[in-house]
Amino acid sequence: MNLLDVSNLHASVETDDGPQPILKGLNLTVKAGEVHAIMGPNGSGKSTLANVLSGRPGYAVDGGEAMLGGKNLLDLEPFERAQIGMFLAFQYPVEIPGVSNMEFLKASIDSLARARGEEQPNTASFMRTVRELAGSLDLDPAFLKRGVNEGFSGGEKKRNEIMQLLLLNPKLALLDETDSGLDIDALKVVADGVNRYRSESNGVVLITHYQRLLDYIVPDYVHVLSNGQIIESGDKSLALELEAKGYAWLT
Amino acid sequence: MSKSSVDDLVEAGSEYHAGFVTDVESETLPPGLDESVVRFISARKGEPQWLTDWRLEAFAKWREMREPNWAHVHYPPIDFQAISYYSAPKSQTDGPRSLDEVDPELLRTYEKLGIPLHEQAALAGVVPDPAAIGTPAGANVAVDVVFDSVSIATTFKETLAEAGVIFCPISEAVHSHPELVQKYLGSVIPQRDNYYAALNSAVFSDGSFVYIPKGVRCPMELSTYFRINERNTGQFERTLIIADEGSHVSYLEGCTAPMRDENQLHAAVVELVAMGDAEIKYSTVQNWYPGDENGKGGIYNFVTKRGLCAGPRAKISWTQVETGSAITWKYPSVVLRGDESVGEFYSVALTNNRQQADTGTKMIHMGKNTKSTIVSKGISAGGSENCYRGLVRISPTAQNARNFTQCDSLLIGDQCGAHTFPYIENKNNSATVEHEASTSKVSDDQLFACQQRGIETEQAVSMIVNGFCKEVFRELPMEFAVEAGKLLEVSLEGAVG
Ligand SMILES: Nc1ncnc2c1ncn2[C@@H]1O[C@H](COP(=O)(O)OP(=O)(O)O)[C@@H](O)[C@H]1O
Ligand SMILES: [Mg+2]
Repeated sequence: MNLLDVSNLHASVETDDGPQPILKGLNLTVKAGEVHAIMGPNGSGKSTLANVLSGRPGYAVDGGEAMLGGKNLLDLEPFERAQIGMFLAFQYPVEIPGVSNMEFLKASIDSLARARGEEQPNTASFMRTVRELAGSLDLDPAFLKRGVNEGFSGGEKKRNEIMQLLLLNPKLALLDETDSGLDIDALKVVADGVNRYRSESNGVVLITHYQRLLDYIVPDYVHVLSNGQIIESGDKSLALELEAKGYAWLT
Repeated sequence: MSKSSVDDLVEAGSEYHAGFVTDVESETLPPGLDESVVRFISARKGEPQWLTDWRLEAFAKWREMREPNWAHVHYPPIDFQAISYYSAPKSQTDGPRSLDEVDPELLRTYEKLGIPLHEQAALAGVVPDPAAIGTPAGANVAVDVVFDSVSIATTFKETLAEAGVIFCPISEAVHSHPELVQKYLGSVIPQRDNYYAALNSAVFSDGSFVYIPKGVRCPMELSTYFRINERNTGQFERTLIIADEGSHVSYLEGCTAPMRDENQLHAAVVELVAMGDAEIKYSTVQNWYPGDENGKGGIYNFVTKRGLCAGPRAKISWTQVETGSAITWKYPSVVLRGDESVGEFYSVALTNNRQQADTGTKMIHMGKNTKSTIVSKGISAGGSENCYRGLVRISPTAQNARNFTQCDSLLIGDQCGAHTFPYIENKNNSATVEHEASTSKVSDDQLFACQQRGIETEQAVSMIVNGFCKEVFRELPMEFAVEAGKLLEVSLEGAVG
């Protein structure tokens, strides 16, 4: 069975001038164990795809289907999508002042466990796990006590997203430009985290603007998103080609 | 917009968790207020003549005063003749020996509030078996219950007595320690201080009295739970806390009231006196019934609280979490008379639906090198109005006085209001007065970030709001901090559909 099945998805973003169609019949299938990269020029609808799949407010689905593990995503509340294994690493992680990172992670993991009828992890071992994860991503353990993303550098915010990915271990990870704004060392740390997450039982959709990330996370498929549709798909070599020639030759 | 966006969260009402009426036999005075009512209350309590006179004096002053109208709150005129000014549970003279003897209605009430068994016993006035209360909270908290108008239970008296601490209903202190009561009653909040204080002075029902002797650190937190229990019964508590030189006390006041339709007036007075080097920490969690989502019913909470730092290096700290009441009108204040004395005010005020809160503090600097800190967190949801009103007054004598004020507002949805009225009167050039203010919203992005990690909407809002309040919750004693967090969650239920 496919992990993610998106077929003929149409969606628009709500703007002050009314709804503006962005996704215009998008198809995407991800099987367990696969990594799909989605590339495309700025404004082509990459974030829109990630947001619509995860249920962010401000978008309207105009048609089509999106299934995760056989369940209709579009019927579910955002937290229900998360509970069945959908994870979005944000392009712009938001700050939640006063809510410590540790507290946030505990609330998250407890909610997921509750929804799945699993036992909530005991606090001491949970905290140990989180500290180890933080360490493995070069994050100072002190940052776990700080407010979620409060005063974090751009790189820390992105590594924090990856830490959450590793902790929550979702079925499907959508990473929205997790590489943007990272220097090469941070990029390697992030890529290493994603590679540790990869397994035969989960899938990754890697949204990126640059092929450089794909040197570290080697995708099984590369898709080009343009004007709300996937206009070209291939393997890693497509990304190299895009880098050499730009997007113009495809459109 | 998806279903879970902030705007949609502001609809739908919630059930008030503490909303139920306990059916305990009681003795209630018919509605109405005149001199004879004042005399009746005083006689019923067997008060000495000076106190009867003091009440009558207050009543005479009250009759000449008018209700204040400067607060940013709106409500229909109160008919003071429609209120009953006295109500007492009947069986209060002989306290229960065990929980089996306690009115089962009362126990059910406690159960619904989620009060643990050992605490229920304490609240119901059962003399506890020490082995049965092994938990730290049970061992360290002394509880004095004001159930309606009369304190029906006072516990842990012996431990306190050993330390020389007096902690009892003020009606009892009038008889057991008349010299202290007569000396300090009205010394910080005079009878005619304001309309509601005058009313309270005339008809006050009961409340707590605390005296901490010189140099004594009170061995436990002192705690009072207030409940309003009779239909149409005004509550007029009167609390007086005196911390003698070099002493220390932490006092917790918690309130939660049953559901009812009529608006109810609650006009308490709390006076604190801290002598030189003494410290009083006064914490409140206020959860009176706020009315329904249309603004029907709910408590009018018109309270006067003030502390006097009477001697050098005295310290008074008010921490409040206000989530209940239809209308809150409350400004816990500190008069910093002693040199180097310290006043603090930490406040969380949450309003939802049609609640209105006008709350803040007054810091009156008189002594040299006095210092005050104000941290106010206002949260408005639904169609509520939340207003911070604060006064920092630096008198000419307050050389090198310092104040820091931080005033933050958080909005949930766009139908609510947040207002800030900081008044500063500085009559001394050497003083430093700092004021910071911010207004923010619980954003769709923050909510979505939580939801995307599997956290359900209500919990997400409550977590974000709790985060916003962190600086204040830090000031609360441990057991109260937990309760406060829980209360915010309950109070926000209406806001998160
Ligand atoms: N909130 C918004 N209001 C108006 N236009 C928007 C909004 N969000 C996205 N858009 C528009 O939708 C299009 C797709 O945006 P996006 O999905 O973020 O692109 P990408 O991630 O590929 O750069 C862009 O033209 C962008 O300007
Ligand atoms: Mg984008």
